[in-house]
Formats: sequence, C-alpha cells, structure tokens
Amino acid sequence: MVGLIGRKIGMSQLFRETGEVVPVTVIEAGPCPVIDIRTKEKHGYRAVVLGFGVKKSPNKPYAGIFQRIKKIRPDAPDIPPTQVLREIRDFNGDVKIGDFVDVSIFKPGMKVDVTGYTKGRGFAGVMKRYGFAGGPDSHGSKFHRRPGSIGTSKTPGRVLKGKRMPGRYGCDKQTVLGLEVVKVDKERNLLFVKGSVPGPRGGYLIIRSHKGGEGDGG
Amino acid sequence: METTATPRIRLEDIEKELLQEATKGKEIEEFRPGDTVRVYMRMIEGDKEKIHPFEGVVIAVKGAGIRRTITVRKVIHGYGVERIFPLYSPNLVKLQVLRRGKVRRAKLYYLRGKKGKAAKIKERK
Repeated sequence: MVGLIGRKIGMSQLFRETGEVVPVTVIEAGPCPVIDIRTKEKHGYRAVVLGFGVKKSPNKPYAGIFQRIKKIRPDAPDIPPTQVLREIRDFNGDVKIGDFVDVSIFKPGMKVDVTGYTKGRGFAGVMKRYGFAGGPDSHGSKFHRRPGSIGTSKTPGRVLKGKRMPGRYGCDKQTVLGLEVVKVDKERNLLFVKGSVPGPRGGYLIIRSHKGGEGDGG
Repeated sequence: METTATPRIRLEDIEKELLQEATKGKEIEEFRPGDTVRVYMRMIEGDKEKIHPFEGVVIAVKGAGIRRTITVRKVIHGYGVERIFPLYSPNLVKLQVLRRGKVRRAKLYYLRGKKGKAAKIKERK
C-alpha cells in the first residue's frame, strides 16, 4: 500500500492518444511530509502518518507534533503544522520521519482507491436518501414523495429497527475503488484520476494504491 | 521540497493549459453556428490510418474549453446525417470554413425538419 493526502480540484476531461475521451477528476496530491510512524511493536499495527496543507493557527499541543520531527531527525527540513493528518496503513517503501511523499508514487495506468466525505445533503427525504419510488405526481394522487407504510399494526406494534426513513444524508465517508490514474503532473503535484470521487471541490481525499493492484502488498 | 502554502490551483487554469496543448500544431479556423465547414478526422482502420473529411453545416456548439464539441449536419442521399466532433480531439486534424452562414440563433435544430430550399442558410458578408 502506498498513499497520499490530496484535495479535489474538480472534474475535466482528457484525450487518450486514440482520441478516446476520458472523464477525469483533478486532484492536488501531496507532497506529504511523514510526521510519524506507527509500528507493530509499539502501536500494534504498521502505518505512516502523513500531513497535507498548512494550518493557519495551530494550537500548542498540535504544533508540538511537528516540532518533534526535528528532535528525532535534526537534518529534516522545517515542516510547519499541516492542515490535515492521516494515517496510511501498511505503507510500502522505506520512509523515515521527515521524508516527503509525492505524486511520483503513482504512475499512469495504476489503479487507486480514493476516500473522501460525500457532499452533505442535509435532512433528506426517503426518495433521495434511499431511492424509494414515491407515488404518482398526478392523476389525482396526493401521495407524492412519502415513504408509505412503515410497518404492521398490533404485531409487533412497533417500527422495526433499521427502518429506512428520512434524515441526515451525505457527509459520509466513502471510498471509490479501482480508479485508473490517467496522468501524473509531478511539477504541480497533480493527479488525474478516471471517474468521479466523493466530496465537494476543495474537499480532502486519501488516495491509496488499489487493493491487490500494483503498489499494493508488503 | 516545502509544504509552504502553494497558491490555490484552479481548475480553469489547468483546463486552459490542456487546451493550449491540444491546439498545438492544429489548424482550426474560426467559425460560428451556421457556417459550412470541412472537418478532417484521423481514422484508424485496422492498422491503416487515413484522414477522413466530413463536410456540413455547424448546427450546434456545446461545452467550453477542452470539452467543446460541434455538431455538423449534412444531407446524404436525402438522409440527414449528423456527427458530433470533440473539437480538441487529437484525431481532429483540421477544420476549414467553406462558407459563412447568416443565422439568428445559436442552435440550428430547426434545420432537422426542413428540406430543400427551406433548409438554406443565407451567406454572411
């Protein structure tokens, strides 16, 4: 597994050499400093902690995490507190605290999994939230977007647990699996990934090598 | 490498660059809906490559930047034929304007129902 933290920039399209149009999501990914390393011995699992972005006004305990890097590795470059911190489990490759990981870990043609938070949809009805059919719009119908019956009468005399009803929808963590990396722009740290990705523009994402694909294992 | 706050990357800028790359070394004449154009498309048949021209009236221009497409209509043996071309496809080699048409709307879908003289477009001077 290799991975990076990124920010969704938006969607566009690219052409392959054959002229085929490829819908792509543009992601600004990395460079991510390695802030900490979780080890099997100490933490019970293997992971690297990556940072991304710059935090404007970090509090002291948060800033301390970054000052620690210098203590462990005096030769490490200055790393200002980052906006986000994420762990990437079972990271392949030899990285040390204070190193940087950038988009060059991904090559065109590779498959990646992208995790993000979906757009918030607020308090949504059952048609939008669960794809219920609703009722007819016309022909005298007064039953338009309602959920219908939510259960039986005396037995059991209550609504079953897990009954799908209106409520908060969106802002859920979601992972899209097996997206193809179409183009990598190392200079500007851009990743062009085929297809769509959860979340709004500017939303933070985690991009990992696809499970079982190239760059996985270890 | 640093993590200093990089200026925000804008999608518009990226698309602009893609567009520049895509138009490099290509001859695309300026045109408007209503113009009669000849589009040279590179086709691959088996292992042969040939350039296939398509001639007709531009009845619609859709999309912006690198996503722009044009719909070209012509009548072949009494059958209306429309083709949609991605304007910045690497297979589109050349676009030539043959005749400039004078029209009063952006989408000329009304041409679909017209035949013969009714489907004529006046020339723009």
